[in-house]
Amino acid sequence: MAKRAAPEVNAGSMADIAFLLLIFFLVTTTIETDSGINRKLPPMEEQTDPPVIKKKNIFTVLLNGKDELLVEDEIMELKDLRLAARSFLDNGGDGSCDFCKGARDKESSDNPTKAIISLANNRETTYKTYIAVQNELVAAYNELRNERAMALYNKTFAEMEANYNDVNWPGSKDALKKKIEQIKLDYPQKLSEVQE
Amino acid sequence: MSKFKKKKGGEIPAVNTASLPDIVFMLLFFFMVATVMRQNTLMIENNLPFADQVEKLDKKDLVMYIYAGKPSANYKQFGNQARIQLNDKFADVKEIASFINAERASKREELVPFLTTALKVDSNANMGLIGDIKQELRKVNALKINYTTKKGSVLGNN
Repeated sequence: MAKRAAPEVNAGSMADIAFLLLIFFLVTTTIETDSGINRKLPPMEEQTDPPVIKKKNIFTVLLNGKDELLVEDEIMELKDLRLAARSFLDNGGDGSCDFCKGARDKESSDNPTKAIISLANNRETTYKTYIAVQNELVAAYNELRNERAMALYNKTFAEMEANYNDVNWPGSKDALKKKIEQIKLDYPQKLSEVQE
Repeated sequence: MSKFKKKKGGEIPAVNTASLPDIVFMLLFFFMVATVMRQNTLMIENNLPFADQVEKLDKKDLVMYIYAGKPSANYKQFGNQARIQLNDKFADVKEIASFINAERASKREELVPFLTTALKVDSNANMGLIGDIKQELRKVNALKINYTTKKGSVLGNN
């Protein structure tokens, strides 16, 4: 018996099958968002006497039920909030902060370590506006930290944190952690929230 | 006579489609790898707000998701106010504590302190609900939270 060559498999429909699968995955794919603004809630504890804080060290941000913004008793647009928060934090009113570039206004905050931002919102405030305000306030802190890091270590704060979380980063993590802590000490995020 | 005879017919040759399956397979693999199957079927509208100062949630298995928003079109019987969804069903604010405890129990003990609660809330929900959720989270001492947002400008989408 003569050997017969095996007939070749017709692969013409392979493309069709692949297309079918492709379309299935295209339709079912939802690219999930997995990023956001990290916050830490204050722990539940017995009401102790609140520490005495000078009024000039508090930056009040009020959001009402109609999504209107009241900052330091003045109506403000959302786009101006970041700059206002920045100039408040970076003010350095009592001269104890040698790296602050602010206006050194006696009526505004003494030192970034003492400055507190107080955010109050109403039950009727929409989440979208709340996030927008949170974002602007966090941005003010981030900008200041970036500038401070740039002046001290010639690297932005965001970069330093990215390096710290990067497993393949070659430098010394301990030294980097100390630097990050230093920046965080210079510009601590003090953001208190209340709901009416 | 002429040496340059026209080819017979002069038809355009058919395009070779032999590499088409390869291209399609390439796309297919991309989507297969990029696909994350949803764990929860959403019963609410979940149009996340925009923000640009975002941090990435890196450890996916250490995240507990709380959804909130208006019931979507198929679930109109649950009203038109924003509601909380835990796992696959609507939940009351009081159920958050037991949800968190159940999630904690399902993780290894040494990982429990690193658990983060991701709040996936519709941009039109009101803050009253979020405030209640946060209060419940404080009661069970789940203090690390993340407001999940899309990346984009705050001002442009307001």
